[in-house]
Amino acid sequence: MITTSKASKIIPHIVLVILTLLCVLPMLLLLMASFTDEATLTANGYSFFPEKFSTASYEYIFKASNTVFRAYGVTFFVTIVGTICNIVFTIGLSYPLSRPELKGRNIIAFLVFFTMLFNGGLVPTYIIYSQVFHIRDTIFALLIPTFLMSAFNVILMRNYFKTNIPDAIIEAAHLDGASELRTLSNVVLPISTPIIGTIGLMAGLAYWNDWTNGLYYIVQHQEYYSIQNVLTNMLNNVQFLKSSAQLQGINIELGTLPSVGIRMAIAVVAVVPIMIVYPFIQKSFVKGIVIGGVKG
Amino acid sequence: MSSMVPADKGKKIKKSTYLRRTFPLYLMMVPGLAYLVINNYLPMFGLSFAFKDINYTVGIWQSPWVGFDNFSYLFRTNDAFVIFRNTVLYNLAFIVLGTVLAIVVAILLSQVKGKMMRVYQTSILIPYLLSITVVSYLAFAFLSVDSGFINNSILAPLGIDPIGWYSSPGYWPYILIFIYLWKNFGYNTILYYATLIGIDDSYYEAAVIDGANTWQQIRHITLPCLKTTIITLVIMAIGRMFYSDFGLFYQVPMNNGLLYSATNTIDTYVFRGLLQLNDVGRSSAAGFLQSVLGFVLVLGANFIVKKVDAESALF
Repeated sequence: MITTSKASKIIPHIVLVILTLLCVLPMLLLLMASFTDEATLTANGYSFFPEKFSTASYEYIFKASNTVFRAYGVTFFVTIVGTICNIVFTIGLSYPLSRPELKGRNIIAFLVFFTMLFNGGLVPTYIIYSQVFHIRDTIFALLIPTFLMSAFNVILMRNYFKTNIPDAIIEAAHLDGASELRTLSNVVLPISTPIIGTIGLMAGLAYWNDWTNGLYYIVQHQEYYSIQNVLTNMLNNVQFLKSSAQLQGINIELGTLPSVGIRMAIAVVAVVPIMIVYPFIQKSFVKGIVIGGVKG
Repeated sequence: MSSMVPADKGKKIKKSTYLRRTFPLYLMMVPGLAYLVINNYLPMFGLSFAFKDINYTVGIWQSPWVGFDNFSYLFRTNDAFVIFRNTVLYNLAFIVLGTVLAIVVAILLSQVKGKMMRVYQTSILIPYLLSITVVSYLAFAFLSVDSGFINNSILAPLGIDPIGWYSSPGYWPYILIFIYLWKNFGYNTILYYATLIGIDDSYYEAAVIDGANTWQQIRHITLPCLKTTIITLVIMAIGRMFYSDFGLFYQVPMNNGLLYSATNTIDTYVFRGLLQLNDVGRSSAAGFLQSVLGFVLVLGANFIVKKVDAESALF
C-alpha cells in the first residue's frame, strides 16, 4: 500500500464516493421515474424528487400487459436452460481436453482456440442460422447463437482442471474401478465448483442481458421476445405497447396509458433480478473477472 | 514407488481397452464440438458469401459468384471510410481513457481498506451488470428532449434552452465515450486492482525510508509493477480494434439516422445493411474486411505481447 500523509488519506474516499454516486444515482433516477405520476412526468420530466408519486406504471404492467409477463417468462426460461446447457457443454469439452493421455486432444484444443482468433461475423452467421438451420422465430433463436458455449470458457476450465485436479486422484479413482463418467461426476466436479460457478454466472448474465439474438432472429413471432427485446422495441416505439394491448382486447384510452413512466418501470423490472442476486454473488463475480480478464 | 504402478500399467493397456475406456471421453465432447462447427466454423466458410450476389429466393448456394463487386460497391460510397474511421477512433479513445481511468481508480481503491473497499468495489461494478438496453433507458432518462433530466433539471434552472441531444451528432462522441467509460471502468479497475494488491508492502516501506513522496511511490513502484498487465490489456484491446460494441452504437443513440455520422461503426453498418436495408452485398463485404483485418491484428498483437512478456501471450 502506498504510504501517504494523513491529510491525503481522505482523497481516495472523496473520489471513490463521487464515482459510487455516479454509478448508483442513474439507477435511482430510473426507479423514481417509474414511480412518478404521468402528468408530473409530462410537465417536469424525469426527476430524483418527483412532485407526485404514482404506481400506475406498475399497475399497468401487472394488470394489463400480458406482453411484459410473457417476455419475463421467456427470459427466465432462456437464462436457466441456456446456462445449464452452457455449463454441460463446457465441462463436456474441457474435461477430456485436460486429460493428458487422451489421443488427439491437441488438435481438438487448437480447433477450440482458433475460434477465438477468427470468426465469420454477423452476415455468414445470420445467413447460416436462418437459411440452413431455420431457427428464426423459434425459442432456439434465443438459446443457441453465440451464447450456448464460449471457447474462451472451455480453455479456462481445461486449465483449471489441469492445474487443480492432481492426476493421482483420477488414477486412484480408476484403480478403484470407477468409470470415466463416474470419476468426473464423483471426484472431479465436486472439487471444481468455484470454476463451474464462475462460468455459470457469466453465462447467466450474458443470457439475461442479451437482446441481439431476439433482434436478429425474432421477426414475426413477438411472443418469443425476451424482456430486453420488449425494452428495445419500446424505447423506439411506445406504439408497440398500445397495439399489443389492443390486440389482447384490452381497452385502454391512449391518453391514460402511462407511456413515459411505463418505459422506466419495465426497465426497472428487467434489472431487479440482477440487483437481487448481485450482493450474494459479488465475491465470485469479482473472482470471475480476475480469472477471465487478463487472458481475455 | 506406489505412484509408479498406474503409469507402468498404463503403458501395457491394449489399444481396444484404451478405446473402450476413453470412448465416453470422446462422446462427451460431441455436443461442444458440434456447436463450434455450427456456430463458428460454418460461418467462417460463409465468409465466401462476400464474393456472391446473395439472393434468398434462389438460395444461398445457387446465388452467383460476383468476384469483388461487393467490395467495389462498398467503397463507392463514403460509408466505408466513415465506419472504419469511427470504429478505430472510438476504440483508440476507449483504450487510452479507459486505461488511465481504471489505473487511477485501482490505485485509489488499493488505498482503502475494509468495509468501505467492499462498498466501492460493489457499486462501481453495477454499470457493468446492466444490459445495454437498460443503459439506453438511463441515457434516455437524462437526454430525452422533452422529459430528460439534463434539459429539465439542469439546463432549465440555468436558463439555457433545451438541447436536442438526439438530433445533434456533434455531442455524441463525448456521450458515447462517457457511457462506455461509465459502463466498463469498474471491470477494468478490478483487473488492475488484482495486480496492485499483490505488490509487496516492503517495496513501499523501503521507498518511504528513502524519503519517497506519494507520487514518487506511484511512479517508481506501482506503475512498474502494473507494466505487464497494462501492456497485455492494451495490446489485446488493440487486437479488437475493428470491433465495436453493437449495442452501444445502435441502441443507445436509438438507431437515429440523424446521428449516423457520429455513431455508425462497422458493426452497426453491417447489421443495418443485412437486416434493415436489404443491402447484403455491402454488409458482407464490410464484415469480411472486419473478420480478416481483425484476425491479422490479433496475430500481430499476440506477436508483440510475446516479445514483451511471453507469459501473457495468448498463444
